[in-house]
Amino acid sequence: MSKNILTINNLRVKIDDENKEILNGINLKINKGEVHVIMGPNGGGKSTLAYTLMGHPKYKIIDGEIFFCGNLLNEVKTHERAKMGLFLSFQYPEEINGVTVEEFLRTAKTALTGEQQKIIQFKKLINSKMQELGMSEDYASRYLNVGFSGGEKKKNEILQMSILNPKLAILDETDSGLDVDAIKIVADGVNKIKNEENAFLIITHYNKLLEYIKPDFVHILLNGRIVKSGGVELANEIDESGYEKIRNEFASI
Amino acid sequence: MEKKKTHVEDIDRRIYDIKNELNYSFKTDSGLTKEIILEISREKNEPNWMKEFRLKSLEIYSQKPFPKWGADLSELDMDNIVTYIKPNTQIKHSWDEVPEDIKNTFELLGLPQAERESLAGVGAQYDSEVVYHNIRQELIDMGVIYTDMETALREYEDVLKEYFMKLVPPTDHKFAALHGAVWSGGSFVYVPEGVKVDIPLQSYFRLNAPGAGQFEHTLIIVEKNAYLHFIEGCSAPKYKVNNLHAGCVELFVKENATLRYSTIENWSKNMYNLNTKRAVVDRNGTIEWVSGSFGSKVSMLYPMSILRGEGARSEFTGVTFAAKGQYLDTGTKVIHAASNTTSTVNSKSISKDGGQVFYRGLLRISKNATGCKSTVSCTSLMLDNESKSDTLPIIEIDNDNIDIGHEAKIGRISDDAIFYLMSRGISEEEAKAMIVRGFVEPITKELPLEYAVELNNLINIELEGAIG
Repeated sequence: MSKNILTINNLRVKIDDENKEILNGINLKINKGEVHVIMGPNGGGKSTLAYTLMGHPKYKIIDGEIFFCGNLLNEVKTHERAKMGLFLSFQYPEEINGVTVEEFLRTAKTALTGEQQKIIQFKKLINSKMQELGMSEDYASRYLNVGFSGGEKKKNEILQMSILNPKLAILDETDSGLDVDAIKIVADGVNKIKNEENAFLIITHYNKLLEYIKPDFVHILLNGRIVKSGGVELANEIDESGYEKIRNEFASI
Repeated sequence: MEKKKTHVEDIDRRIYDIKNELNYSFKTDSGLTKEIILEISREKNEPNWMKEFRLKSLEIYSQKPFPKWGADLSELDMDNIVTYIKPNTQIKHSWDEVPEDIKNTFELLGLPQAERESLAGVGAQYDSEVVYHNIRQELIDMGVIYTDMETALREYEDVLKEYFMKLVPPTDHKFAALHGAVWSGGSFVYVPEGVKVDIPLQSYFRLNAPGAGQFEHTLIIVEKNAYLHFIEGCSAPKYKVNNLHAGCVELFVKENATLRYSTIENWSKNMYNLNTKRAVVDRNGTIEWVSGSFGSKVSMLYPMSILRGEGARSEFTGVTFAAKGQYLDTGTKVIHAASNTTSTVNSKSISKDGGQVFYRGLLRISKNATGCKSTVSCTSLMLDNESKSDTLPIIEIDNDNIDIGHEAKIGRISDDAIFYLMSRGISEEEAKAMIVRGFVEPITKELPLEYAVELNNLINIELEGAIG
């Protein structure tokens, strides 16, 4: 079996009704057991990459390929991608009225596994996972993200991740807007499910999260391209001198 | 995957779409004439005052214009509507005696099963006449009356003289007049003072004949300190010709009494549903409307609550779902005619595939009705770009000492919300269904469990219809 989970070749993406290309030539390989971090200034294309990988209809692939566990993803529908083992933790999770967290997650787990989730067993599962994330039990019976604070929404994303147990989890700025304690909980959540068979693609602005999750690779995304890749030292460099230096370095792009 | 879905949809539709062979003992010609009215009255062997009432109503009908607002009724031709079709059976009190095909239809609709499991009494109307009526003995012992209107006219003539079409007089509008002229079938319920009917009663109205009309009359009187939950269900198979439903519901809620009136309407999409429902509520009494409108080609339906006693209360919870070829003009009217009366209105509408929903509501607070409170909320959800949604909530206030909250929202289903659910492995159709079910959840939770399930099934049928 190949160790490769994700391969992106020369990916170019534009937004539906606009002509502007947001990603222009992304290349990336992620193997099992790896944690990749993507950093970069606002407007560089980080969230576009996350949405494109998950298959948001608004983002159109003009060129290039995405392979997930050896399968070409380009035309695959979002829910099929999820079934293949892809997960996106949203930067701004949607609020869905009238649908409880538990009901939603049980439906999702049933869809992903193809096995009907038994109500009582599932309740036990969700309760234990919530406890680990420091969420009180009554969140399970609240409507999905409705009236949740920013931090609660992010925790709820991690809860979903830990229940759906993906092969590749993309975390789109899951740490932004969180205080240190919440960042620790998110990091704990990631570290708990991290193993030799899965992988993470973490999109972040800040270094704080990287104190708790050790990345194997750090990539800088600028103007729709990965302009620099390295180890954790690259993140430290950004932390010290900001994006200005890299911007100047790649001003011609 | 797709195949399985179509399969499920077929089964569900078949339940509502079963067409039985026409088998009637009597039927009038189509159209509306004095002779036809006299024929109906003669066939029913009615007292003279009722015959005169019908003729007077016909006169009013021919003088009244069609409404100039709301739905387009130009395709509704009364000359092509058969107003009275009597099924070839008498009213029965045991399902075993009901003719096989009719019984099977109601079996498929789940009525006898619901009766065994969760209802205290059932009435079943087939075309123009009630074919089955039954009520539990303990309710009879408490003095509760639940019977068809024809029996009521024979056995409780004085009560009918006092109440029949007093709340919705034939002069009210053209279709109230029509109803007065050709009414047939329906239910009469009387709950004596202090009696609480804990288990609901249900009447089901089934129209089987093509090109026919159904004009059932429901009259309910809930005396002081009494309680009743009444459920009304309606459906019909689809035909190429237009059918008409112009029923009338009159509800009398006395002092300190409570009546909950729930409807799940799933007429076929060749039906003009021009129904009139009205409740009058005395001091500290409560009327609760729960209304689900799914079927019909055209609906004009605005249940009205008249709060005439001090401290009376009305609550309206409604959901309307219009798909392709449907124009559903629904809403509610509340008249605060006494002080310290309260009302809440919570309406949800959904439209898809070019369907149109129109919320039309009226809230009126009379000059002398002080200290009244009212909250009106109407929201609608459009599932695509072709569908339409409008709201027209009219508020008329004649005094200052009141407290009113109003909210109206119209929106399209969010692509981002669908994407969010899909990113967790849920298919697009299921994601939409989930959002819609969540949208109407405030209503489903008001319904008894079996009806909440039926409502969700109807939503699923409507949504699956989009794919197949």
